[in-house]
Amino acid sequence: MDNRQKEIDNLKDYKYGFTTDIENTRSPKGLNEDVIRFISKIKKEPQWMLDFRLKAYERFKQLKEPDWQKPKYPKIDYQDLYYYSAPKSMKDKPKNLDDLDPKLLETYKKLGIPLQEQKRLNGIAVDAVFDSVSVATTFREELTKQGIIFCPISEAIQNYPELVKKYLGSVIPVTDHFFATLNSAVFTDGSFAYIPEGVRCPMELSTYFRINASNTGQFERTLIVADKGSYVSYLEGCTAPMRDENQLHAANVELVALDDAEIKYSTVQNWYPGDKNGKGGIYNFVTKRGLCKGKNSKISWTQVETGSAITWKYPSCILKGDNSVGEFYSIAITNNHQKADTGTKMIHLGKNTKSKIISKGISAGFSDMTYRGLVDISSKATNSNNYTQCDSLLMGNKCGAHTVPYIKNKNSESNIAHEATTSKISEEQLHYCQQRGLSAEEAVGLIVNGFCKEVLQQLPMEFAVEAQKLVGISLEGSVG
Amino acid sequence: MKEQLQKDFDNTIKNLTLSQRDIEIKKFYLDNFINKGFPNRKEEDWKFSDLNQIIKKNIGELSFYSDYTSTNKVDTSAFVDGLEHNKIVFINGRIEKIDFDYEKKDQIEIIDQSETINKFNNNSSLSDLNSAFTNKSFKIVVKKGYQLTKPLIIYHTTNTKIWSKNINLRLNFELYENSSLRLIDLFRDTSEKNFLNIFYNFDLKENSILKNYKVDKFENKNIKYSFNNIEQDKNSISETFILSSGSNFCKNEINCNLNGEYSSAFVNGIFSINNNKHHEIRTIVNHLTENTKSYQLIKSVLEDSSRAVYQGKIFVNSQAQKTDGYQLSKAILLNKDSEFNAKPELEIYADDVKCSHGSASGSLNEDSIFYLMSRGLNYQQSRELLINGFLLDVVEKITDPEVKNLVKNMIGIKE
Repeated sequence: MDNRQKEIDNLKDYKYGFTTDIENTRSPKGLNEDVIRFISKIKKEPQWMLDFRLKAYERFKQLKEPDWQKPKYPKIDYQDLYYYSAPKSMKDKPKNLDDLDPKLLETYKKLGIPLQEQKRLNGIAVDAVFDSVSVATTFREELTKQGIIFCPISEAIQNYPELVKKYLGSVIPVTDHFFATLNSAVFTDGSFAYIPEGVRCPMELSTYFRINASNTGQFERTLIVADKGSYVSYLEGCTAPMRDENQLHAANVELVALDDAEIKYSTVQNWYPGDKNGKGGIYNFVTKRGLCKGKNSKISWTQVETGSAITWKYPSCILKGDNSVGEFYSIAITNNHQKADTGTKMIHLGKNTKSKIISKGISAGFSDMTYRGLVDISSKATNSNNYTQCDSLLMGNKCGAHTVPYIKNKNSESNIAHEATTSKISEEQLHYCQQRGLSAEEAVGLIVNGFCKEVLQQLPMEFAVEAQKLVGISLEGSVG
Repeated sequence: MKEQLQKDFDNTIKNLTLSQRDIEIKKFYLDNFINKGFPNRKEEDWKFSDLNQIIKKNIGELSFYSDYTSTNKVDTSAFVDGLEHNKIVFINGRIEKIDFDYEKKDQIEIIDQSETINKFNNNSSLSDLNSAFTNKSFKIVVKKGYQLTKPLIIYHTTNTKIWSKNINLRLNFELYENSSLRLIDLFRDTSEKNFLNIFYNFDLKENSILKNYKVDKFENKNIKYSFNNIEQDKNSISETFILSSGSNFCKNEINCNLNGEYSSAFVNGIFSINNNKHHEIRTIVNHLTENTKSYQLIKSVLEDSSRAVYQGKIFVNSQAQKTDGYQLSKAILLNKDSEFNAKPELEIYADDVKCSHGSASGSLNEDSIFYLMSRGLNYQQSRELLINGFLLDVVEKITDPEVKNLVKNMIGIKE
């Protein structure tokens, strides 16, 4: 009884913190060539994929872990991790949802992501990734009718090798930075989406990531290719159980937009943030990069970052095609002992390229938040424009908010404008709200939501409501 | 470079009368510098300006020894006309003249600190270089309640006698309670390809006011680095203005520590550069206590393939509630090869603050030019008018009317 009460109390803080008791198949502990061969074998991958991984691993061995970031963390022992973990029942992939382990279905139901019945109500196609494997993908038939490919990347490697070969590693090459290279070597699963020429994807595509096993790192890889004139909106959600140790999550996300294509990528990140004293939580070290390859293409990142002990990521746009557009909308909230170092990179290479960055950071408790961004207009990117706005809100004097933008303009016909402010919720605003009958907590919630509105608006409707609630929950207890 | 440094160091020491302990300390700095070398782009603060490369490319081999035994003739015709002023004259790094003719003698104290090593609160390799090789260093003290009647102009003159030399200067200033000092640094170089490494330390006590105007206007092929450290006590005010224009490469760093309540720091700067020049300003304002204020305004006009860099940091620690910090940098790129890089940075640990920064860069507004041309000006005139107006904004921030006029005349801004 006591235990149960304790569990309930815990879950009040982080309602996704439960664990699913399920038997796992794991790779041997540690990182070496054998483990990579093991992963590749268990995924029944072709030779070229194994070569890709080994090449990345060779490179990884030469790289040093970066240490310039603001949030410092204890050294990670890369030999003390499991690089592959999957529910045993997934060894032979079930043909359909009815064959799926009920425990898994139950888990996703608890997370509010029903894979079965109500699915059609949502109008969202979901690829559910559990530790190292994708357990189910919904709405596949419907999408196939339009020629859209949406499946786990491990399946894509087998079924669409030409597409994967062409685009995998084209935005984040195997010779990239430390964590990206690590991912290239050991990535396990993730989603693959291909939108054929001229197709407007009729529903939201979404991937739901869940870390369950302990002592594992999750290394997923997402690749989205939008062919000429197509459009897709993609959502990503993530949660993890509460554990005392820190777990590593190092994903790679690659987006490729060809001529006139548009990709909208939204993330609501709610990994376990650690407890009130900063114990446990996920290290979220993710590489996200989009390439506007064709002319008139557009990539838009929206992120709501509320979870993780440490968030360290910079979703970027490489604006290579002429007239291409990159957007970045971000809300990052840190509370208790969370740390975040996040922002974006906008690299203007093509003519008439435009980018817009709206970043809102809120820090409370003992947390620390950094916006770090790069805007680089190269000498060939004539007539390009960038607008950046980053605002930070501080709650209490134990937290920090920092802004570190790098602005490089090498083209005289291009304009860059950047502004940033840091402030707190003013007494007048609070007073005004309270005078009209709101409690202090409600008033803060209202003001914060107003502060974030510009970004929340960018989210697809189903997510916007969730995100708004999440913003409120993340800041609970920080007022007063 | 190591042998050269050792050799030049031994020669320098020979000409000084230092105690064994002081020599040891200087040696320590030398070893530090030998270990670190000139800063390069791997260091975050030098990311945009790789001094190591710049020196290699523009100068090649530097020599660090200067013979200061013989005096240089002071050319009085080089002095600023029409403005009565006190002087300190450096020629090729040798201090030739200190005169405070316009001031009460007992209110200003000049202390020769050449034979004492005072540690500089900065861990860069350039401060190590400076500490190892400075030859003469003076401390200028303005006594309690004394306000200098005339500005002090420091002439930094170099002539063709020196070539590929490194010159290290250091001055300390202490402004006691209720005192004030107006200080103009004027660079006049006819030499080429030397590296000047200048460190100033200012200690501002309660209610004191420092106004420092750094003017590098005259064309030259030298490389300059200047570091100002300003410690500010309660109610003190520091105003720094930088005109960054003449040298081939120039980096000005201003570090302000606002230690006392109600102290404030203002740093304003102009980049007006052409050809292949590469200039940088880096400001660090540390708000360390309550109710402090800082303001930075940097404007750049970049021609040809010039490159300007502004790195500005506002730091607010958790005690520094009610901080007011503002920073703005604007750049006009006039040529397709010019480049502007900025890194405006906020690091804030207190919640009741008002801090903001803005940065914008782009071309001259063609609409504005069109407007002016429709009023009868030609293209060139319209362009100049717009640029003048753009820069005038910063010059107007100079609070001292005499100096404001001097600067206006120098850059040829008409009202």
